[in-house]
Amino acid sequence: MATPLGLLRRWVARQAGPHAAWFDAKIDALTHTDDVRELHRFLGLAPRRLGRADLALTPSELALADTAHAGWNPQGWSVDGAARVAALLAFDANGAERVARFPARFHDLIRTADARELVALFRGLALYPAEACALDADVGEGLRSNMRAVFESIAHANPYPCEHFDTHRFNHMVLKALFVGSALSPIVGLDARANPELARILLDYAAERHAAGRPVSPELWRGVAPFIDSLDAYPALAQALAGSVPERAAATLALLQADTPAARELLSGVPELTALAATGTLHWNNLPRQEAA
Amino acid sequence: MFIDPHAHMVSRTTDDYEAMAAAGVVAVIEPAFWVGQPRTFVGTYVDYLSSLVGWERFRAGQFGIRHYCTVGLNSKEANNEALADGVMEWLPRFAMKEGVVAIGEIGYDEQTPLEDKYFRAQLALAVELELPVMVHTPHRDKKRGTSRSMDVCEEMGLDPSWVVIDHNNEETVRETLDRGYYAGFSIYPSTKMGNARMVELLRQYGGERIIVDSACDWGISDCLGVAKTARLALDSGIDPEIVHRVTYANALAVYAKSGQMHEDDWLDPPPIDQRTLFEGNSILRGGREPRIDGPNPRRDARFID
Repeated sequence: MATPLGLLRRWVARQAGPHAAWFDAKIDALTHTDDVRELHRFLGLAPRRLGRADLALTPSELALADTAHAGWNPQGWSVDGAARVAALLAFDANGAERVARFPARFHDLIRTADARELVALFRGLALYPAEACALDADVGEGLRSNMRAVFESIAHANPYPCEHFDTHRFNHMVLKALFVGSALSPIVGLDARANPELARILLDYAAERHAAGRPVSPELWRGVAPFIDSLDAYPALAQALAGSVPERAAATLALLQADTPAARELLSGVPELTALAATGTLHWNNLPRQEAA
Repeated sequence: MFIDPHAHMVSRTTDDYEAMAAAGVVAVIEPAFWVGQPRTFVGTYVDYLSSLVGWERFRAGQFGIRHYCTVGLNSKEANNEALADGVMEWLPRFAMKEGVVAIGEIGYDEQTPLEDKYFRAQLALAVELELPVMVHTPHRDKKRGTSRSMDVCEEMGLDPSWVVIDHNNEETVRETLDRGYYAGFSIYPSTKMGNARMVELLRQYGGERIIVDSACDWGISDCLGVAKTARLALDSGIDPEIVHRVTYANALAVYAKSGQMHEDDWLDPPPIDQRTLFEGNSILRGGREPRIDGPNPRRDARFID
């Protein structure tokens, strides 16, 4: 089975043009050294030599990524970003203390990273040779970042939060996504990590926004859905069913999930949306893109 | 379209970014400098450099302005030897970051031996890394300090066409241009150089290797210095081609030698940047998929207003 490093090497080299040999030689050299200056130098040169194009991946290659590491989705990675992650995976690969030293090295890189470098470094989180939770302090800083792209490099299409975050941190990541206008659907494990505490906070948040006359992201109802009955979220969902098209669509999906008499009664008012959901035309990853009113 | 090639944006507000974007500024270069008072820890300096390549770049991008920077140990803080030695250890790492277009602003303040030591060390670094240099010329004993700055650049083996001598005035510009350097002029409302004086200089010297910047910072300064000077110059009958060169093309020519600054960065940004770090007009906000179906319509590179 291909390793993440093997895949990244193949994909970067094939888009590296005249610099493919340089890239391969550098990754080989990094494997056999613990001189961190070599790593710094490579990370700096990567975009200069390899360019910043999107990594061109086929659906079957994305499937290979998911096989190499469950949940890993390199769609939207750039060539230089992939090369940088490959360098971290290769660096000092045979070193005796490698795993123990990795968090300090990672912290050092984050400390001086430029914006695009931060995005690349965080996107690779799930793949690094580190003990569980060893990178948590730096990941926390990344989540607190005001740069939305940096936040999303952790929150979106990244299996690390689902694998490593405790409930509190996972919940706050979801809430921050809503607050900064990031989509929820790219969060890996969003449904698997649903929990009553998050649902309660989301429900409060929806009420607060409604009282202020401000819209909420319809995706919010996805986190509430499994707990509609226990939280008695029916009045809030009835309100959502009277809202904009995306809100009504999301409320429909949530109520279908609840599948209780009270839910079915509310759904009887939106037969057209219920029908769309039944055919699979309407689902959480395909909510109408219209702005909430 | 303008480039402001000397702007300390960490000291400016979002109103300033909006005003600059509205006035036609498409790119700024933020030189590392002191921040109004001396830093006393190497770590605060490291975080400052980190913010120049990270947060400030993102902040500018939100207003559709491309942000570049120069990294260096400034002349004032070079006088704290412990701090200076520490900063010098970190500089090579930052010099390799994306969007770092020069070593700068470096040079002399009081013209002390320590300032000279670190000026030379950084010039050597620029030669080694093949980066342009932005030289801050001293406010006191200016004429001699400016000549000396160029002497030292040449001693250290720099090609003058890779060096911007900044904060010029009527007394220094002739020598700067004659020796083959780029001559920067910082438009300050009342002190260094006013718009009207600048226009007279353009009338006299033309546009070759002259660069106009605002040097806006935490003091009384005008972030629209470049745009306003361009307007006054055009109204005063200066050839539009000259105005274009001194407010856009010359800065691009010298700092592009770093390989880190391209006109396409703002005219035709790559899809990855549009999705992440640069919010031009084509970017949809609010967590939805940005439009990446094709390049931006190219803006006219020659438009001056």
